Amino acid sequence: MTYIRLELMDIALAGILVLVNGALSLALGLGIERKLLVASVRMVVQLLLVGLVLTWLFATVSPWLTLGVALVMVLFAGHEIMARQDRRLKGLWAYGLGTGCMLLAAGVVTLFALTTQLKPEPWYDPRYAIPLLGMVLGNTMTGIALGLNTLTAHVSLRRNAIEARLALGDSSHQATMPVVRQALSTALTPIINSMAATGVVSLPGMMTGQILGGVDPVEAVKYQILIMFLIAGGTGLGAVAAVMGGINRLTDHRHRVRLDRLR
Amino acid sequence: MLKIDGLCRPGLQPASFTLAAGECVVVQGASGAGKSLLLRAIADLDPNQGRVSLDGHDRAEMAATAWRARVGYVPAEPGWWADRVDAHFLNWNDSLARRLNLPDGMGTAMVVQLSTGERQRLALLRALERQPHVLLLDEPTAALDATATALVEELLAERRAGGMAQLWVSHDADQAARLGGRRLVVEHGRVREEGA
Repeated sequence: MTYIRLELMDIALAGILVLVNGALSLALGLGIERKLLVASVRMVVQLLLVGLVLTWLFATVSPWLTLGVALVMVLFAGHEIMARQDRRLKGLWAYGLGTGCMLLAAGVVTLFALTTQLKPEPWYDPRYAIPLLGMVLGNTMTGIALGLNTLTAHVSLRRNAIEARLALGDSSHQATMPVVRQALSTALTPIINSMAATGVVSLPGMMTGQILGGVDPVEAVKYQILIMFLIAGGTGLGAVAAVMGGINRLTDHRHRVRLDRLR
Repeated sequence: MLKIDGLCRPGLQPASFTLAAGECVVVQGASGAGKSLLLRAIADLDPNQGRVSLDGHDRAEMAATAWRARVGYVPAEPGWWADRVDAHFLNWNDSLARRLNLPDGMGTAMVVQLSTGERQRLALLRALERQPHVLLLDEPTAALDATATALVEELLAERRAGGMAQLWVSHDADQAARLGGRRLVVEHGRVREEGA
């Protein structure tokens, strides 16, 4: 396996493109040059730190350290889900529901891949576990955030329609099914579109990275297909759990809509 | 008989009254006084406290779905969950719609194309179709002209004669007089019987 090593100068040259963007922002008065600079610096610092952490983690191969890093990733992703809600649940539910569902979905899918397909030795080898979890987590997080946001928005907007059915004696399950379907459809649309476009419109970053790193394209494609299936499975599982948990919280045992449980 | 005993929720002080089979009680009060809150609390659409029973059956011991099948609620602004009108009915019935001056074939119409008055009459018809024992009506003729109002009043009078009890919120003093019977007045969340 051969690959072309990058020197600092190569990276700096690529960075010129961001400077060009900044110059365009200044010239056109877009006012995003500062955000662009901060985001670029953050990206560089975060990735350098992650590189150092991963190097140390891969050399250590400790189950507890791997678990600890995985947990930190999940907690950050949970916070991100909460931040993306326009109207979030009150109290611990705002953070707990998204984080719990993501932990369940990403955890199950990652463990499934580690123990049945990739089978590294040991099974928790961070070289495999952490990047795999990262990819599944990133996509599951997007799915859950979209699903929950659509759910809360549509229950609020369509309260009259839901209550019209409840007033006629329908159950909250029957009355909210249209908004639940809408939320799940929205949650799964990105991964469905992504799978449909992969290989034709776009070459996924992981596969491109492997090919640039010298891996045979067919082997890189096999990895990519595996990852896409895992992401689709994780997103579906996480979104269903989060949306069902969300609608359960937004209704009660007397089949009522509980918008008072939203901020 | 619908029996309300100490029914309350935020914005509504404990209310107690009864509504006999076939009776119509008019609910009056200024906008924002709590009339809709009272109807929603009886329908159990919002968290509330107090004892509510129908013909001796305690609401708390009934499934909410079974309760609302017996105690129907027609809100002032009815909601619609499907595009076509007939999707909101168990069995669309042109002859019943005709009674409220609605044109034939309205079942296949799109809800978004209907006027406010047409929607109000359709919401009433869809509640009547379920044949509730009690009907909670929140200004059911507010968007109707005199002819349509008279037709609605006539249809609901027929149902009362069949034993249906009605709790009818109305801002229209003439209508309240036509409906006759007892009246409840809601002021700042406090419910009292007129003359009490």
